[in-house]
Amino acid sequence: METDLLKVEDLRTSFYTDEGEVKAVDGVSFILPKGKTLGIVGESGSGKSITALSILNLLASNGKIVGGEINFKGKNLLSFSDKEMREIRGNAISMIFQEPMTSLNPVFTVGQQISESIIKHQKLSKKEANIRSIELLKLVGIPSPDKRVKQYPYELSGGMRQRVMIAIALACNPEMLIADEPTTALDVTIQAQILGLIRGLQTRFGMSVIMITHDLGVVAETCDFVAVMYAGQVVEYSDIFTLFEEPKHPYTIGLMNSLPRHDVEIEKLEPIRGNVPNPKEMPTGCRFSPRCPAATDLCRREMPELLKDDDGNDVRCWIYSEKWEGEAEVTVYGEKRIAKGHGSETILSD
Amino acid sequence: MVKKELLKVTGLKQYFPIKGGLMGRTVNHVKAVDDISFTIHEGETVSIVGESGCGKSTTGRAILRLEEPTEGSVVFNGDELTTLSKREMRTHRKDLQIIFQDPYASINPRQTVADVLDEAMTIQKILPAKQRRKRIIELLETVGLNEYQADRYPHEFSGGQRQRIGIARALSVDPKLIICDEAVSALDVSIQAQVLNLLEELQEEFNLTYLFISHDLGVVRHISDRVIVMYLGKIVEIGDKYSIFENAKHPYTKALLSAIPVPDPKAVKKHIVLKGDVPSPIDPPAGCRFHTRCPFAQDKCKVDVPELIVHEGMREGHQAACHFVEEIENGTLQAAEFEETFFG
Repeated sequence: METDLLKVEDLRTSFYTDEGEVKAVDGVSFILPKGKTLGIVGESGSGKSITALSILNLLASNGKIVGGEINFKGKNLLSFSDKEMREIRGNAISMIFQEPMTSLNPVFTVGQQISESIIKHQKLSKKEANIRSIELLKLVGIPSPDKRVKQYPYELSGGMRQRVMIAIALACNPEMLIADEPTTALDVTIQAQILGLIRGLQTRFGMSVIMITHDLGVVAETCDFVAVMYAGQVVEYSDIFTLFEEPKHPYTIGLMNSLPRHDVEIEKLEPIRGNVPNPKEMPTGCRFSPRCPAATDLCRREMPELLKDDDGNDVRCWIYSEKWEGEAEVTVYGEKRIAKGHGSETILSD
Repeated sequence: MVKKELLKVTGLKQYFPIKGGLMGRTVNHVKAVDDISFTIHEGETVSIVGESGCGKSTTGRAILRLEEPTEGSVVFNGDELTTLSKREMRTHRKDLQIIFQDPYASINPRQTVADVLDEAMTIQKILPAKQRRKRIIELLETVGLNEYQADRYPHEFSGGQRQRIGIARALSVDPKLIICDEAVSALDVSIQAQVLNLLEELQEEFNLTYLFISHDLGVVRHISDRVIVMYLGKIVEIGDKYSIFENAKHPYTKALLSAIPVPDPKAVKKHIVLKGDVPSPIDPPAGCRFHTRCPFAQDKCKVDVPELIVHEGMREGHQAACHFVEEIENGTLQAAEFEETFFG
């Protein structure tokens, strides 16, 4: 379909260390429609940041994309040369990072750093680029931009630095913005400012956004679609409303049940037992099976595929496949789900 | 019901000197905590919330005298802590323990878990050396670790497990009060829930009192009985959990609560977006410290420091430091710019 700006299919990225191959990303598929926001959620080590870095081919030297496709506007980015990728980065696709202090260069002024990509990609002169930098700073809500443009990163607060990062990312009017935990290091009142800013700019410029976060609140408020990652794989891909109303994968259900809320009273949290598996010793079968309350022998033996259902939502779980051998009604963290193998297509909730 | 006061903090100030000039004289102070008072009763969980730089961690450290407080009194179980000698303070630390955010940074990487726990018990003379091993195993089981892990080093554990070691160390000396300084902030949600449940179980089992320092209001709502909201070194609002989360009165508390994204895509999204950043604690604004960002600020707010008091419509024990609580509630005072929207 033409409306899909980005379509990632079965992406696999490995790192080669002294102790052997580490499959950091091992089966990631999702679609980002044009103008929409896709959330990638997962806990530390789930591979969400590596997925983002793979899209831009910004992997460390021991990292390699070993399989899959990354189709951006119908073209597979993996077939691009280094030179072609340079034309994409910071131009058609921009990225902002979690810690703006470490991503900004401390020895250059804010203006120089914004100008860099403008001069490179849009072939403007230094003077013109400086004028454009001031415009961009104004756009991202920085007061007295003509003064700030001459300042160094250390002279700015955390929120201001993230605004500068966004200004750099927007410099060449990107079609897609990848935001990797853009507000994790910020206080909530500043987070609200930055999320509001990203949302506002998106509606104004029709940009598509990939929002990488561990915060389900941020996901609920900013995303249209969500890919939930666990141990290097997408375990569930869904539109935002279905995901929160009717999560399917036991990991997603467990994650939501673990979340303490500020807006409603929860008597007792129900955590997921155990820990995330070590990427060097992944469990056979479903990677969530050692922690899953519904796991059967099948789950421990064979890895489930990412199953697609009719409304375009995907889930990587045996419960929803024809092969399911357990009970017809499965209770996962207190939520009932109907297994597909028993002929019923509908999924009940209590 | 009269609850026993376990900790009473009065007029606590913590100023850090800023050295400058050729002679290294003190040129100014960072007023990290500036005259705060509160009480914690036995068996309850009190949280301090606020954004970075509000003084919440400094308060925790000042109570334990990990940093010597500039002024004020800290009475624990009837004893004034601030005037004790170093040696006397050390014996009191048996009753007051702390769990830090990053357990890896607060546990010696060259000691095994058993050594870590043994050292704590040796210093506080908890048990004769011969009986400690048994106690160590008990402690590990209490926090959900296994006997065979006793002789491992911290690096062999995951973040959640390391936090359990930190908890076991705090428990090893049978404390009365545990200060949890962002104790679950570095953990992933699924592990965080495990540790929060553990803390709740331990509280019940050992009748512990918690002072819980956190920036995460979801966690705070879940774990607390009462909540203290701090802004720039001052308490702006204090009250029971219900009052703070369902009936907040201070404009800052309201803004803070409304800024948190709600994990429900159908929730009504109305954020009060505050303007600008938190001012510097070196030279905090005169009058109400929040006036520079407050949408309701009046001239009075720029001059007079508001007192932390019970206003109309507030339960007993619920106090807010704002001149205009009543006026904001009944609508006679309107926000200058309540909602700041960006280009949307």
